[in-house]
Amino acid sequence: MTQALRSDLGSVPGHPSVAALRERFGSAVLRHEVVAGDEHVVYVDASRIVELLTWLKDELSQGFNFLSDVTAVDYGGGRPIQVVYQLYSIPHRRALRVKVELPLTNLRIDSVTRLWGTADWLEREVYDMFGVHFEGHPDLRRILMPENYAEGHPLRKDFPLRGRFSRAEQTRRALSHDPEDYYTPLELELGGVPQAVPWKETGGGAVPRASAREASDDGSEARRESHEGGAD
Amino acid sequence: MAKRTVELEVSRTPEAGMDFRPRLGLASPATLAVPEIGSQNMLINMGPQHPATHGVLRLVLELDGETVVRCIPHIGYLHSSFEKLGEYRTWNQIVTLTDRMDYLAPLIYNCAYVMAVEKMMGVQVTERCKVVRVICMELDRIFSHLLWLGTWAIDVGAITPFLYAFQERERVYKLHESLTGARITTSATRVGGMMADIPDGWAEGVRHFAETVPKTIDEIDLLLTNNGIHIGRTQGVGVISGEDAINAGLSGPNLRASGVPYDLRKDRPYYDYESYDFEVPIGEHGDCYDRYLVRVEEMRQSCHILIQALDRLPDGPINVQDPRVTLPGKTDCMNDMESMIHHFKLVMEGVKAPPGESYFPIEGSKGELGMYVVSDGGPKPVRWRIRPPSFVNLSTIPRLVEGGLLADVIMVNASLDIVLGEIDR
Repeated sequence: MTQALRSDLGSVPGHPSVAALRERFGSAVLRHEVVAGDEHVVYVDASRIVELLTWLKDELSQGFNFLSDVTAVDYGGGRPIQVVYQLYSIPHRRALRVKVELPLTNLRIDSVTRLWGTADWLEREVYDMFGVHFEGHPDLRRILMPENYAEGHPLRKDFPLRGRFSRAEQTRRALSHDPEDYYTPLELELGGVPQAVPWKETGGGAVPRASAREASDDGSEARRESHEGGAD
Repeated sequence: MAKRTVELEVSRTPEAGMDFRPRLGLASPATLAVPEIGSQNMLINMGPQHPATHGVLRLVLELDGETVVRCIPHIGYLHSSFEKLGEYRTWNQIVTLTDRMDYLAPLIYNCAYVMAVEKMMGVQVTERCKVVRVICMELDRIFSHLLWLGTWAIDVGAITPFLYAFQERERVYKLHESLTGARITTSATRVGGMMADIPDGWAEGVRHFAETVPKTIDEIDLLLTNNGIHIGRTQGVGVISGEDAINAGLSGPNLRASGVPYDLRKDRPYYDYESYDFEVPIGEHGDCYDRYLVRVEEMRQSCHILIQALDRLPDGPINVQDPRVTLPGKTDCMNDMESMIHHFKLVMEGVKAPPGESYFPIEGSKGELGMYVVSDGGPKPVRWRIRPPSFVNLSTIPRLVEGGLLADVIMVNASLDIVLGEIDR
């Protein structure tokens, strides 16, 4: 009933792309695993990810032209976050999973949007959910959470299930949204909304509009403190 | 900001004393001294509450007249973080989350999820279970495409196909209900098998559906395929080449409409799909019309697969006899202490998956539906990730609509066949 589960290299043939990667990139290929019977995972050096994926995509003998998925895995406990690329080669009918490990202190990796259009939204989602910064991404904004969401990155293991703020604070923030918060700076510019509104007089205290949007953590914290101060 | 100068062409006859008629309702020669009208592009919101966006999708469109200059999609209005919720549920409890993502094809999502978990655990399901799941998946492919076809017809301005399609969908709802007890939130699968074996008469019901639904599809086909309005609205609209489509990650019917013969049932076969006889329809032009043709033909092919699967439906147990995942029988639990403890532990603690991971892609109704599960040996996943086909398909919408007309945005959006429950998850 049960198949070979993990790292059983004896019963599974090696992956031709992994052998070719080893030959070409040598030490940048850190580790090769076989999981769930026949799925090949290769761990590579994060600093050379674009170079490596470009080769996998453009080299005719590899032809990994279809990027199925980009995602990340957080194992918790301070362990590095894995960024996972699911590649598939339509001409060769071959799949490969490429992983890189990023330490929590330096969650930065080069974007692959120039190789695959797919990566645009998928990398934005990983940034939104895990806080991984993709260098060179043309439009790295949050995608599922609102742009001024200040509670962090929800799929990280250190993020509590119900969010960081109290329910009352979450409600207050939801109600205090400005209609302009639902637009990106580009859209505001296109719509002719003057960006140079330096101060906005609101009940809780004056907060610079621009800085509240850009660094919502600081601005919102200030507002929250003044709000709580008022309640006392 | 792009500004456009409108040159007013005023026809003036050189001879004095002739009748001078200013155009454009300009009242006097004095106003003609202003030859320029400044114009600026307009920014409009389409959605999130708009019937033609098929859910809470919001598109911010920059318009130059009726031409779309720029399209900026906003999603996330239905976000409930199923992936995070999944990390707090046992492997079997997650099944209930999967059908709430794509409520237009719930059985496909139920099956895809447990198939990934079973692959990771190394559980081989029974032959009967395989065939039953194939029936479920093909049934829901038709189910999903019928909804797409009906709403597509509404978007193009035809109401009759919508009514025809929903009459047929009602029959699938009834089949769902007799199989699982629910019409939409089916939750029909379990790790190692199904919630229950198929009820008496269900297979005959599916066979009757598979034999009769092509007639309705033919009727809708007759109404739409050669319809001048339909052709005018969809041919040459939202064109994407095969190479661009692969690069943008389009999958499923959207990719095949661009001429790329990539179908996971043929290319990465699972559940013996290679032994079923069916064709994969391929488009040619990559426009909205070809996406329509591909989906209509896919429904017919799914009917073929359904009938073949019903013909080969084997007898035998539906659930695998594997103590790690299968509950012991009721009689055993009542009479035998070990079975009762086993039952208690499986129910209270949940199925335990060994450390490992698996990415299992299947051909969903919208495209490549991948489930990526990671386990550290506990009863709950470390990570459960859905590779969302609609999400990736929707990400191409700016390049499909930019440069086209505002009215074409509706058709392009309809042709992509999105479901926001799965995009936002």
